Amino acid sequence: MLQFILKRLGLAVLVAFTVSFISFSLLFLSGDPAAALAGETASGEDIEAVRRLYGFDRPMLVQYAEWLTAALRGDFGESYYFRLPVSSLIAERLSVTMTLGVCGITFALLTAVPLGVVAAIRPNSLVDRIALFVSVAGQAMPSFWFGLILIVVFAIQLGWLPPSGTASWEHFIMPTIVLGYYAMPAIMRLTRAGMLDVLSSDYIRTARAKGANERRVLFRHALRNAIIPVVSLAAVQMGFMLGGSIVVESIFALHGAGYLAWESIARNDLPTVQALILIFSMFYIVFTFLADVLNAWLDPRMRTG
Amino acid sequence: MADVTSHDRLLDEITGPTPGQMLRKRVFGHQGLLIGLAVVVLLTLVAIFAPLLAPHDPYAQSLMTRMEPPVFMGGTWEHPLGTDHLGRDYLSRLIYGARVSLLIGAVAALISGLIGTAMGVAAGYFGGKVDAVVTFLINVRLAMPVVLVALAVVAILGGSLEVVIVVLGLLLWDRFAVVMRASTMQVRRREYVAAAQVIGASTPRILLSEIMPNIANNLIVVVTLEMAHAILLEAALSFLGLGVQPPTPSWGLMVSEGKNMMLFEPWLVLIPGAVLFVLVLAINLMGDGLRDVTAPENRS
Repeated sequence: MLQFILKRLGLAVLVAFTVSFISFSLLFLSGDPAAALAGETASGEDIEAVRRLYGFDRPMLVQYAEWLTAALRGDFGESYYFRLPVSSLIAERLSVTMTLGVCGITFALLTAVPLGVVAAIRPNSLVDRIALFVSVAGQAMPSFWFGLILIVVFAIQLGWLPPSGTASWEHFIMPTIVLGYYAMPAIMRLTRAGMLDVLSSDYIRTARAKGANERRVLFRHALRNAIIPVVSLAAVQMGFMLGGSIVVESIFALHGAGYLAWESIARNDLPTVQALILIFSMFYIVFTFLADVLNAWLDPRMRTG
Repeated sequence: MADVTSHDRLLDEITGPTPGQMLRKRVFGHQGLLIGLAVVVLLTLVAIFAPLLAPHDPYAQSLMTRMEPPVFMGGTWEHPLGTDHLGRDYLSRLIYGARVSLLIGAVAALISGLIGTAMGVAAGYFGGKVDAVVTFLINVRLAMPVVLVALAVVAILGGSLEVVIVVLGLLLWDRFAVVMRASTMQVRRREYVAAAQVIGASTPRILLSEIMPNIANNLIVVVTLEMAHAILLEAALSFLGLGVQPPTPSWGLMVSEGKNMMLFEPWLVLIPGAVLFVLVLAINLMGDGLRDVTAPENRS
């Protein structure tokens, strides 16, 4: 187990370094970052001054090493737009995104798991068909459109919910649904497939044969085993969702890290964009690492893989 | 004549249906596949023949006829789906928008398919260090938040149709690599591959004529999924204002432009979004159907 964890940890660290290099090199994609920063009307002298000020005149690898060592200490430089340390900007905004992510994945699990279980217990029933429809339709629904429809119906027509902002828990209901439905199809399909698989296994037949009641068979024996892969999928989806919250945050004007990313990209505020890409990637790396470890702990067969 | 048909029927009973007949039966018995295919073919034809079908120029502005409602909300047949805030005919923009979506979906899936399939097949066939490197690259790619990276790169390089297509193509290869790697690993162990190796077939030959035909069905399914994915992503990028730029008629952009008038003219948002939803749904239905039909044992 320890060996497995160390191996996965080593891989995660290596991936993190590679991602950090890629997000750093984004700055150089535009050709000349100094010219981009100085603006379109800047003279040659202005660009030179900006280049020296920000140290763009040195080799790229030296700049990367400097940026990375600072980033490891939690210093991502200064935002071009706000003239504030990027790290404090992000720290301020991250709680909204994290709240949204946790709510989203909870909503997805609470709806998708029961739906998947019922669909598996009664294949081809009405619930199974509804579940199938939800999963097919869910994958095809553009999230920005879904969000706008919810705003029109629940905020404008019915007036039940506030259309945007973060002032109260009610502000999080629609964003949670929009972000959460995105993870639902995958979780539901996996729950359903896992339950179908487990229900046809020998130990379920044994449990039924010795006379255990159906509820005990389903929840004590079947679900506990079928849920293992769902747990790790949920962790991975959580990583994806945090990265995908940019669309949801922009629709509902939630001032979280995703909204900050959108603003920063539109403003060419590259230090902030670099830091956000790195941080969202780190979340994903940490969540997948935790999912792997959790899986190996719950299912010893995985440890050799 | 009667003799011949009864003879044929007898022959059928003895030999059973041919694989082709069985496939045809599965295809025509699969509702989802047929519906999906029909919608995708229809929208592709609409995209191809857009200049013939569109009643107006999708770029022509007219300040006198701004924000006219669609026919079913009291508008005129002059503009069946009404006009937008610049007086452009909504139906014409919708028809030309099919071109943008389908072009982006198809080309992005082609680029990412070439990258991902090459990586996945190499990893699955050669194993060892090649596999380790590819698996590592897949992990790196999965760790990068797609929407964020795509937005940032498109913003830096400038939002044009070509840039969006290339960026999405370079980002969406992960599922191709994962699926092709797993499929190749399965096929590699088959006896016909060993037989080809033994008679001295070259590696490219084995990959092209032994491995590829046997993983092609999985490839087609991933192509449909990634096409749908690319179309949704383009719409999201354009909606956020950092994808395809105005005045290009992109469905995502149309939703974004209609957003501010959503309160009074909800159809400005509803119509392009619904068309986008239908197209992606149809592509997904087609993909699910193809998976069921080509590999009935893998049905989920």
